[in-house]
Amino acid sequence: MALLKDGKIIEDRWTHLDDDSAAPEGKPVTVSLARWRNDSENLKASGAPLGIRLTGADDVEDIADALENLQLVAIAFPAFTDGRGYSMARILRERYGYAGEIRATGNVLCDQASLMTRCGFDAFDLAPHVSVDDWFEVLSLVDVQYQPAADRRPTAAQLRHASCLQ
Amino acid sequence: MYSYDQYDTRLVNERVAQFRNQVTRRLDGRLSEEEFRPLRLLNGLYLQLHAYMLRVAIPYGTLSATQMRMLAQIARRYDRGYGHFTTRQNIQYNWPKLEDAPDILADLASVEMHAIQTSGNTIRNTTSDPYAGVAAEEIEDPRIYCEIIRQWSTLHPEFTFLPRKFKIAVTACDNDRAAVKVHDIGIAIRRNAAGETGFEIMVGGGLGRTPMIAKTIREFLPKEQLLSYLEAILRVYNLNGRRDNKYKARIKILVHDLGADEFRRQVEAEWENLRDKGPDLSPAEVSRIEAFFALPDYDPPGDNQQDYIEQLRENAAFAEWVRASVVEHKQNGYAIVNISLKPEGGVPGDVTAIQMDAVAAMADEFSLSEIRVTHQQNLVLPHVRQGDLYALWEQLKAQGLATANIGLISDIIACPGLDYCSLATARSIPVAQRIATRFSDLKRQHDLGELQLKISGCINACGHHHVGHIGILGVDRKGEEFYQITLGGRADENAAIGKIIGRAFSTDEVVDAVETIVDVYVAQRQGKERFIDTYERVGQAPFKEALYGTA
Repeated sequence: MALLKDGKIIEDRWTHLDDDSAAPEGKPVTVSLARWRNDSENLKASGAPLGIRLTGADDVEDIADALENLQLVAIAFPAFTDGRGYSMARILRERYGYAGEIRATGNVLCDQASLMTRCGFDAFDLAPHVSVDDWFEVLSLVDVQYQPAADRRPTAAQLRHASCLQ
Repeated sequence: MYSYDQYDTRLVNERVAQFRNQVTRRLDGRLSEEEFRPLRLLNGLYLQLHAYMLRVAIPYGTLSATQMRMLAQIARRYDRGYGHFTTRQNIQYNWPKLEDAPDILADLASVEMHAIQTSGNTIRNTTSDPYAGVAAEEIEDPRIYCEIIRQWSTLHPEFTFLPRKFKIAVTACDNDRAAVKVHDIGIAIRRNAAGETGFEIMVGGGLGRTPMIAKTIREFLPKEQLLSYLEAILRVYNLNGRRDNKYKARIKILVHDLGADEFRRQVEAEWENLRDKGPDLSPAEVSRIEAFFALPDYDPPGDNQQDYIEQLRENAAFAEWVRASVVEHKQNGYAIVNISLKPEGGVPGDVTAIQMDAVAAMADEFSLSEIRVTHQQNLVLPHVRQGDLYALWEQLKAQGLATANIGLISDIIACPGLDYCSLATARSIPVAQRIATRFSDLKRQHDLGELQLKISGCINACGHHHVGHIGILGVDRKGEEFYQITLGGRADENAAIGKIIGRAFSTDEVVDAVETIVDVYVAQRQGKERFIDTYERVGQAPFKEALYGTA
């Protein structure tokens, strides 16, 4: 069960709190949107790094005002066929300019690697059976992109007309 | 037509490598069938009743002769020597092997083709008017924007796992041959009072178990803002479409539940955020694509024009075929020619590899190497000199492709039905064949005039029965096939959903029932009224009475 960030395997330094447990002193924690709503003043006062866990049913607009306090937004994919998280990540990056970590959690499989990266995810909590080697191999297979997305890589159209100008 | 540059070529080749990798991981067990299924569907590979089925994209129905030859070669090499053209202007192969699928995709890539997004809960092949670019009354060639949408929607990272499949169609004529009002998004190119062209955007049409006609949410969208507006619609749908029930997951349900006004408000709000930084449609890219669709250099009307007029006068069978198949071209001296894939006793839309090669040769000789596929499951040669029509007709006859029934009662749309499809509840193809045989007299068909008959083998409505002038839906009743008839549907600019006429008919009764309906039309019609006109004037009552007697 690997956690990848910026192309490397890392240890998870975050404690993912449920809605009832006390926050450990000074440790980075993530909470659900519900807990954030009830407890944000205390959490902010603790001075520890904070993150929020969203599900596809949550509305990203609800955390717009909180983003300046957040270092991590985790978006859950209950099934890999649930595509709401892709829109949520793009809204965070492109509309709100959020620059912290966006982590994909849940049913994260290697065939979503490229889509998630392009939508602005930079950390991936791989599903237990997914091999890191497969992840990187699959990620490398498709390079050309037709549409702009959160990763800001040049599109085919931009490359075409850039080369015309030279 | 559009031709790939280095980026398009690289993308389809990368996609082949990606799919090959997925098939390898499936075969060695790294991918479960559950995980593989959505991935193979994104490349058009279904598991049907008896075998895999591969659906190949024919973007907006435009094919070159070279591409048609490759489709023939694939039919021979990997299938059973034939293919089936679909109502989304695509082609399907019914018997490929899973292990061969990556090689088939590689062969397709070698002629600038692919099977990307021909299935799955994503943006599907964009469809259009089969007469695009040559229709006399067209505002501009809709394929320019279809190609722009094709590229934008291909491997779109945000919209690969939508709540459900998503279909877009574009038309540029008042006379809509692309059925835009029964698509998730229908786009009509319009000219405003200032003479500028832009898009009318319609959303939430569709067939299936809950047929709906699309609602206009924007009367006039400036052309350069097309992609950001589409992205706004798709984002609202992706985030808010239902994911708990696949039968309520299409955008039509969201539009219906929210109401068109609230849906529009949400799209416009999203668009405000996107329009400045969304995907841009640069003038340079539009002109680059436009250039591919420039009108060809047509010959001036030739000396053999006079021959054509004489051939029409002297050969009644030729004249009958011309009357059914030939449509006015925007260029004087040229014709648009429909090729019927509905021979009597045949399977609607099926073509053998030999016929595909022959059509490719005819396209080279007579139609500037270009072919179209129609959503009526026929083919079109879009650039034929009138003086060549007779020679073309003779070649078509030799291939069994000259049935003079385009737009007539035996030009039936039928889904594959229970003969192939795992969803079907009844057979469609044999019913289509029996109706075509009953009405095989061409003189009678021509007398009946335009009549669209469409058959679906289940409620998912792949045969578009809801929008047939006469629609037939196969249903299962305790293991026996029955057929429910709807009347008055249409897929054109006045799109309407047909109404069920009464209790369903057994397999033995259904062809007689169609004949009864046709007889009522003949008895009731006034002057040159078409079936649909008569039906709209007289309503259900006389048809009901003839079918079921007075209550």
